[in-house]
Amino acid sequence: MGNIIEVKNLIKKFKKLTAVDDVSFEVEDGQIFAFLGPNGAGKSTTIKILTTLLEPTSGTIKINGFDPKNNKDGVRKSFGIVFQDPSLDDDLTAWENMQFHAVLYKIPKEIRKKRIEELLKFVELWERKNDLVKNFSGGMKRRLEIARGLLHHPKILFLDEPTLGLDPQTRNHMWTYLREINKQEKMTVFFTTHYMDEAEKIAQKIAIIDHGKIVAMGTLDQLEKKTKTKSLEEAFLKLTGDTIREETASNIDLMRGRRRRHG
Amino acid sequence: MTTIYILWLRQIKKYFRSKSRIIGSLGQPLLFLVAFGFGFGSIYSRAGEGNYMQFLAPGIMLMGVLFTAIFSGIDMIWDRQFGFLKETMVAPVPRWQILLGKVFGGATIATFQGIIIFGLTLLVGFRPTNWMMLPAALLLIFVVALLFTSLGTVIASNLEDMQGFQLIMNFLVMPINFLSGAFFPINGLPKGIAFITKINPLTYGMDGLRELLTGLGSFSIWTDLTVLVTVTAILLFLGTYFFEKIQA
Repeated sequence: MGNIIEVKNLIKKFKKLTAVDDVSFEVEDGQIFAFLGPNGAGKSTTIKILTTLLEPTSGTIKINGFDPKNNKDGVRKSFGIVFQDPSLDDDLTAWENMQFHAVLYKIPKEIRKKRIEELLKFVELWERKNDLVKNFSGGMKRRLEIARGLLHHPKILFLDEPTLGLDPQTRNHMWTYLREINKQEKMTVFFTTHYMDEAEKIAQKIAIIDHGKIVAMGTLDQLEKKTKTKSLEEAFLKLTGDTIREETASNIDLMRGRRRRHG
Repeated sequence: MTTIYILWLRQIKKYFRSKSRIIGSLGQPLLFLVAFGFGFGSIYSRAGEGNYMQFLAPGIMLMGVLFTAIFSGIDMIWDRQFGFLKETMVAPVPRWQILLGKVFGGATIATFQGIIIFGLTLLVGFRPTNWMMLPAALLLIFVVALLFTSLGTVIASNLEDMQGFQLIMNFLVMPINFLSGAFFPINGLPKGIAFITKINPLTYGMDGLRELLTGLGSFSIWTDLTVLVTVTAILLFLGTYFFEKIQA
């Protein structure tokens, strides 16, 4: 099997900070890949670079054979994404959110309806298709975002802390969908999470990043062997230390706070 | 084309769904019309300037357009982080199309807002002298709306969060509003203020709209249009340029 994601010597520097410091890794086609790390380790920055939202300082990237440097659209067509922050339009219905995505990704009209219907049924939102998204719960919104991310049949699905703030039932359901689609469509899943049990259960390959560097990578067994521990959580703590990362609140955190207060 | 259309459509749909927001945004212009219109009316006519409502009404219309337009531009900051705009940033479509859709959507909404306020001004006694000019007036309102939505996106592309918002409000939007001749004639002002009104693009919108609706403009309508279209083109270009460069 070939590699669908290839990253070599990726570096991203912001003014003073080196957020991603010489990172290299591969993800095989059809693999479920977990990208773990404490807050501020460089996970989201890496995802943003892989998904063409940020330009790297240096390094080479291949996504589904395309280089984001000179073929952004090739890369963009290859992946679907569920962002850390919601990216649905609350004032539109579930159906309209899907419809807009279909138009942006130029899915032919003839198959648009059928595919939207299939996916909304898949994430169990078909009955609510004409409801405004603002009336949805957090879990329903996440499911809709997953359905939307799958709409253009991407080769890769990126998920940045997709289960944050969801109850165990919803989390469980979500991973069931994702595993199913991974099996059926041979779709690669690249996700970040703070829940070690999720990575343990679902990921076929795990990378742990800290201070912008990958500190360990491999299967769950390999990581446990390497660190002589019995669970991913222990391995994770051994590799990244148990001090709490004190991040100063960024502008986005402040906006997030305001968003919560004002609904 | 479909990208521009779909982003435009999104804003139109949102606008008509938020009835309470539409009504809420009419409160301020209505208050200005009643308080200023009736409050200063008698002084204005005693000063020999004629009917103040005739003077004020086009000003209030464009005030409403200005606020709606500039906010729908600035709204991009929010939309980019917590909204649908984020999703469009990773879609395989050119950025300039996203921006155009967004700007045209905002400008269309602002124009609607102007039309509704026009209705309000009729209720409080404003009478256009030449109804035939109404379509031209509408076009001018749309250009003004386009100008300030573009300005809003230029600002939004350069701000990362809402913290600079108050600053923009008090040192840009309010002066544009108050020093545009919306509330008082701009001839005979002290030199410094006269200068500001001259470089304020809204002044030319005010003047043009007055000329079209009541024949009370002080520059020629062609001067007004030339200034408005030129500034709009520049801002739209800048907006696209900055938007292309945004890194999330």
